[in-house]
Amino acid sequence: MIPTSETDASASTDSETTATSGSPTPLISLIGLFLVLVAAWLLWSGLYKPLLLTLGAISCALCVYLATRMNFFETTSILPLLPRLPLYWLWLLKEIALSSLEVARVVLSPRLELSPTIVDLDAEAQTELCHVILGNSITLTPGTITLDIYKGRLVVHALTAEGAAALKEGKMNRRVAALEAR
Amino acid sequence: MTELFDSAVTVLSWALLLTGAASVLIGGIGALRLPEIYTRMHAASLTDTAASILILTGIMLQSGLTLATFKVVAILAFLLLTGPTATYSLANAALLAGLRPHVSRPKGSRSEPGEAS
Repeated sequence: MIPTSETDASASTDSETTATSGSPTPLISLIGLFLVLVAAWLLWSGLYKPLLLTLGAISCALCVYLATRMNFFETTSILPLLPRLPLYWLWLLKEIALSSLEVARVVLSPRLELSPTIVDLDAEAQTELCHVILGNSITLTPGTITLDIYKGRLVVHALTAEGAAALKEGKMNRRVAALEAR
Repeated sequence: MTELFDSAVTVLSWALLLTGAASVLIGGIGALRLPEIYTRMHAASLTDTAASILILTGIMLQSGLTLATFKVVAILAFLLLTGPTATYSLANAALLAGLRPHVSRPKGSRSEPGEAS
């Protein structure tokens, strides 16, 4: 698996422009998505009556159809990231805990020591998916909010100058880029 | 032995639930105290992420290894995926609507959001 997700992305954009309505999607990923949806439906409803099962099958099929229409399979390939995600989530959890304490301290301090700062950030990751992961991770950690994201350029609002400096240091940026590398 | 384990889990889950409740409270206080929409959203994101993680983890420990726990895990996953997306679109809409964020001076003078104190 030397060809990274970057080449995947460029190939997918080509196929998007050439054949939008055709279905070059491998059957296996269609079936995979369908099975995941069916499992979710069964776990959620917990009622195994014929009517509900039929409704479930129909809505799962509809979802798969809509997903192909939205070019879900061409643009998003989360599977290659999956093995590296849990470790990233653990790290993100730690970051969330630390910055929650920081924001709580700022909010509760008698004199509000705010130093709101706007940071421009260039994502090191190449794929759109990883840009979204980076943007959402930034918003998820209290004290920083992604205001705008366009072609890998993020505008971030930070509650304190320290938070902005930590973000500018680029630890999270590198972590997200490492998700897609290799 | 199992009794000890059970009570340890109960204590831990209550600790999580109480810290979660505290962060909801702090988030609310922050949303009232902080000056403008962008800084208020930071306080709101405290309730959004920290509180939901803490409270839902506490609930998971309460219900043990059941189907209910699995559902709570799924709820947490959905919240953590949709929460930041909603926050992003709110912040982006505010920016597009022309609300300029207050920005403090780089060093020294930090008197800009002073009218709040």
